[in-house]
Amino acid sequence: MTDFNYDQTLHLKNLLSPDAIAEIDGWIKKYPPERKRPPIIAALKVVQEHNGNYLTEELMQAVAEYLDVPHIAVYEVATFYSMFHLNEVGKHVISVCNNISCSLRGADKVIEHLQNRLNIKVGETTDDGVYTIKTVECMAACGGAPMLEVDKVYHENLTEEKIDQILSDIAAVELNSKEMSNVEAKD
Amino acid sequence: MANEVCFRTLHLDTPWSIDAYESVGGYSSLKKIAAGELCYDTIIDELKLSALRGRGGAGFPTGLKWSFMPRNMPGQKYVVCNSDEGEPGTFKDRDILRYNPHQLIEGMIIAGYVMNATVGYNYMRGEFYEPFARMEAAIAEAKERNYLGDNILGMDFNFELHNHLGAGAYICGEETALIESIEGKKGQPRFKPPFPANYGVFGRPTNVNNTESYASVPAILQHGGQWFLKLGKPNNGGTKIFSVSGHVNNPGNFEINMGTPFKDLLELAGGVLGGKQLKAVIPGGSSSPVLPADIMMDLTMDYDSIGKAGSMLGSGAVMVLDENTCMVEVAAITAHFYYEESCGQCSPCREGTGWMSRVIHRILKGDGRAEDLDNLDRVAGNIMGRTICALGDAAAMPVQGFLKHFRHEFEYMIEHKRSMVKG
Ligand SMILES: Cc1cc2nc3c(=O)[nH]c(=O)nc-3n(C[C@H](O)[C@H](O)[C@H](O)COP(=O)(O)O)c2cc1C
Ligand code: SF4
Ligand code: FES
Repeated sequence: MTDFNYDQTLHLKNLLSPDAIAEIDGWIKKYPPERKRPPIIAALKVVQEHNGNYLTEELMQAVAEYLDVPHIAVYEVATFYSMFHLNEVGKHVISVCNNISCSLRGADKVIEHLQNRLNIKVGETTDDGVYTIKTVECMAACGGAPMLEVDKVYHENLTEEKIDQILSDIAAVELNSKEMSNVEAKD
Repeated sequence: MANEVCFRTLHLDTPWSIDAYESVGGYSSLKKIAAGELCYDTIIDELKLSALRGRGGAGFPTGLKWSFMPRNMPGQKYVVCNSDEGEPGTFKDRDILRYNPHQLIEGMIIAGYVMNATVGYNYMRGEFYEPFARMEAAIAEAKERNYLGDNILGMDFNFELHNHLGAGAYICGEETALIESIEGKKGQPRFKPPFPANYGVFGRPTNVNNTESYASVPAILQHGGQWFLKLGKPNNGGTKIFSVSGHVNNPGNFEINMGTPFKDLLELAGGVLGGKQLKAVIPGGSSSPVLPADIMMDLTMDYDSIGKAGSMLGSGAVMVLDENTCMVEVAAITAHFYYEESCGQCSPCREGTGWMSRVIHRILKGDGRAEDLDNLDRVAGNIMGRTICALGDAAAMPVQGFLKHFRHEFEYMIEHKRSMVKG
């Protein structure tokens, strides 16, 4: 189903860890074996997560080949759903809800505070590639408005202090992973 | 009393555990079925008697829907739960999934038994990682006790339940778009008929219900349809979870009797934030037309009462707006949302939602024209009933509602180029 000149070095198994492949295989098992498309969404999410939060042509092609579906089937899904990023984004995408209930409870102040702290506008990524701010529609947490989501976790009833804490927690994680890679480099 | 149905484990420690659920009578309905005390006909009769209506927004009677499934047709059939929860203002299904997942699971197993279906999918919106983890753990617990899997409680009945995650698309809450999405495609609604009961997931008969609808079933069968009916009022049975948000002191979910006066619900939610005056309420999610305070304060919270007042109970998402709220702003957010989320298949919806959003935003910028309001009303009217799915109506109804009750704020902004309430 894939292009005849498909580059085998781009096989999904060479691009992802065995754990990530196992995760995709787990999704495949949920659907009837003769149906190839149902795991596309889940597979793309796994792949995106392991590629610093965004998808590339090569990765989509690799997913298509792995699931044995046409490339276009994968591409259609990747472009339709808003959680997929087709351009490079930050390692931590901060999604701020600005639908009605969050707006009534100060979503604009949340956005302003984030923009000031990170020195970027909505839709932009910091120069070090660590943060992206984006606005999203209602995330079904309006009782905790204003809210944001980052790294799969909801943060509700936001205040400036809470936002600062979220940012410094991310910074700590980043610092740790940098130190880890420095140690590895020395070894 | 509150928290009698879907939230009945909420007062317990680890309300999501199987032991907590069993301690309030959880899985007893399934056990009755296994003991031969509840058969297909009784289940349908009790559900019909209970007057449980679909909690996803349309309020279709659940017992009737279940009876449409061709249970004797050979081949695979599917039980699908709509946990997409995308209607702005709604946040109840997330709490059922997080705090009482077993009750949803039992409801879906019973549906499988009634429909002779052996596979279920619970479709959760893509951001629901925390609810997903709870549901996965709960399914594992239920398998251990033989509530899920093969020969459930010794019966000649197998049922497998899978959690499915979306990836961000409001339209996937529409049941046929949701089916397309489970099949791994773009979430574009299908023409109806055929309805999912005849042609659903993978072309097979499929029953789609909302999370709260399925989760109500075990309690109904445990205590009887009559008990549930009496919690509410005729034709509006049971309790309902209302998600109250916006300008209130104590926002949150409240599971209360159907037919409770709105003013009692407002009080439960702590009253209007900071003691301000109530201006208006969006009573059933962002697609329901806004109602001014004086109308709202006289209504009870049920399908018929809110319907008669010209709006809808929808998903039970109650958004409270105080006296300082600019209605043009709220209308602009709403119109933009439906424009963003239109799947683009039908031209009245694709073009109409974009046009309405642009015009309301233009008014908000101070560039409104006198003829805009009549045009908005007309365009909204032209979308209604002319599209494949109900997103078109969902986009049009709120615009008409804002114009009907708060036209003067739009006129003021067009004339003075500033908000009537914000200055
Ligand atoms: C645009 C659109 C979005 C919808 N979103 C949801 C949703 O998020 N959750 C839901 O349960 N139903 C939603 N519905 C309603 C479903 O199509 C369907 O009627 C419902 O899931 C049936 O379940 P019920 O009978 O238990 O309410 C939506 C409908 C439309 C037209
Ligand atoms: S009404 Fe709108 S969302 Fe629904 S199918 Fe048509 S274009 Fe898509
Ligand atoms: S409006 Fe922000 S989570 Fe619903």
